[in-house]
Amino acid sequence: MLEIKNLHAEIDGKKILNGLNLTVADGEVAAIMGPNGSGKSTLSYVISGREGYEVTDGEVLLDGVNLLNLDASERAAQGVFLAFQYPLEIPGVTTMTFLKASLNATRKGRGEPELSTPEFMKRVRAAADRLGVPQDMLRRALNVGFSGGEKKRMEILQMALLEPKFGILDETDSGLDIDALRIVSEGVNALRSPHRGFLVITHYQRLLDYIVPDKVHVLSKGQIVKTGGKELALELEKTGYGEFVGEAA
Amino acid sequence: MNAQVTPLRTIAESRLASDYESARATMPGHAGVASLRDGAFAAFMHAGLPNRRVEAWHYTDLRQAMRDALPVAGVPAATAILAQGARLETLAPRVEGVDSVRIVLVDGYYIPALSDVARMPEGVTLHSLTDVLEQGDEQLIEALSGPGLGAGDSTLALNAAFMQGGVLLDVAAGAQVATPVEIVTMTTNDVAQALYVRSLVRLGAGSKLTLIETDASDAEVAEQRNGALVVQAGDDAVLDHVFMPAQLPARSTQVAHMLVTMGARSDLASFTLARGGGLLRRQAFLRFDGEHARGAFAGSTLLKGRDHSDTTLVVEHVAPHCESREYFKFVLDGEATGVFQGKVIVAPGAQKTDGKMKSQAILLSDGASMNNKPELEIFADDVVCGHGATVAQLDENQIFYAQSRGIPRPQVEAMLLEAFVDEATDHVRHEGLRDLLTARIGVWMANRSAA
Repeated sequence: MLEIKNLHAEIDGKKILNGLNLTVADGEVAAIMGPNGSGKSTLSYVISGREGYEVTDGEVLLDGVNLLNLDASERAAQGVFLAFQYPLEIPGVTTMTFLKASLNATRKGRGEPELSTPEFMKRVRAAADRLGVPQDMLRRALNVGFSGGEKKRMEILQMALLEPKFGILDETDSGLDIDALRIVSEGVNALRSPHRGFLVITHYQRLLDYIVPDKVHVLSKGQIVKTGGKELALELEKTGYGEFVGEAA
Repeated sequence: MNAQVTPLRTIAESRLASDYESARATMPGHAGVASLRDGAFAAFMHAGLPNRRVEAWHYTDLRQAMRDALPVAGVPAATAILAQGARLETLAPRVEGVDSVRIVLVDGYYIPALSDVARMPEGVTLHSLTDVLEQGDEQLIEALSGPGLGAGDSTLALNAAFMQGGVLLDVAAGAQVATPVEIVTMTTNDVAQALYVRSLVRLGAGSKLTLIETDASDAEVAEQRNGALVVQAGDDAVLDHVFMPAQLPARSTQVAHMLVTMGARSDLASFTLARGGGLLRRQAFLRFDGEHARGAFAGSTLLKGRDHSDTTLVVEHVAPHCESREYFKFVLDGEATGVFQGKVIVAPGAQKTDGKMKSQAILLSDGASMNNKPELEIFADDVVCGHGATVAQLDENQIFYAQSRGIPRPQVEAMLLEAFVDEATDHVRHEGLRDLLTARIGVWMANRSAA
């Protein structure tokens, strides 16, 4: 379970999150929607441990462990996974090498033994097949020259390998055509489990047709201003965010 | 008004003068060699140790770094050679995939007893520099001086004045030497000393050689080294060269010269892996004498602490239709200083010259600094020449991305840095050597992470 209590965070002295409270139960998919600048990406970065954000108050607990005392790699070992809106290109590091370093470091952080190379290869191939990732992509430098859809699929492949307790999808739908969106969403849905929570950050309702949320939260000016079921997303699609932008001012 | 200018000698320069005076009579060499030494030493004393005011040495002030001159190493005693022999395999284990034949120098002197003399590949002839100097064959002595290369450099003159160790390696015309030949330098322990070594490699027409220069010394006292490798590449000769300078203790100085003349259609690929240790000046002078030749220098320099490492290259295109390439990577941590100076000179008439150089540096700390000076001097009108130099830091976005996938920061940095320097290592054509270099780079990265 992810619990965020009274979270205040700023960057370069600018307050972005203002007392945010949110709980996502195991097995739950929570969508966060909100206008530009409401703090959606900041929330994903503060949970996952990006440097440069100062948390001035509050707590972020994953299964009772305060994540705020850990660096990003330690949080990953605790089970946090952030799927990036814009996955980074890592020239000179093959996808396979990166995946192996990532999986073994995460396992080490969780006190599990490293995988043998054959076992590792087996898992990667299986995950790649499920997501329609061709084997030759695994031999190329990570994300270098990948299309938008390929990059997002690679994010989901990594999530599948690392088996996080909690996955955050930051605008995963951006830059995807309908076919890619379907493949990526199916990949995420396959990872839904009673032991795993998700935070799905999106501007648009479209993604939520594919990854159907249990709850929808509206974020505005660094606070959750409204919470509802999946129908809230449809409502927002019609009315826009105008009402919330005014409300929190 | 008349001002009398008295040249001031530093302590080191005065010491070198007295050392030269006392060593002069006993240093190996025929009369011709003695006069060559005298001329070189006079040139050195005229210029003195290079300092910031000498343009080519602006970023590497050797005069300041050499507070004193250490005594010149003598021929090692038999017991010292035995002791080194016992440590050779520990300090320089044989590398699978490279399987070189070795020429071992102790304190700069060629030691046949420690070398793989019996295994020298067919077509390769080996002589000690001492013998070459004693015999005084004029043509050989001329070749040894690397005629016209590095003229005016006082450290090269100093090497010529004091040269004692080293070897002459001749590769017969047409010989395709598959086994790499490795020159391994060892030093007797715990003696603060200076080494002046010069070796000459002559590649006959159409021959092919892989030459490695490595170091297996582990002395804990500072040293001063001044070594020169002279290469004469005949027409159609191919040389693959890998140089791994010694990682000497702090306050050491090391000047490593390479003087190359290229015959028609000859091909050189030279790689240097510098891993710090006091002050290092790597300077290479290459001249294309024949048409359609190719000369490529690449390298990686990895520095931390107060390391200072300078790569200076001067490539002269005299003949037309030649190609030169320079590709260097620097990783600088702590308070280290990196220097890259690349000069490409295209003589009148050297049309269709193709010259490119690139230097890229990553600074890992606020205290590290990089000095880049690419220079082009072009006196022909139909050429393609270019240069690029960048200085950057690791990308924090990439670091966060990899960290978010569970990889701890030190490991992420090592991974990104290895990828960065691998682009230079890729220029090494010998697979086993490429793997060896990658492994050595990995060791440096691991040590940095652990520090």
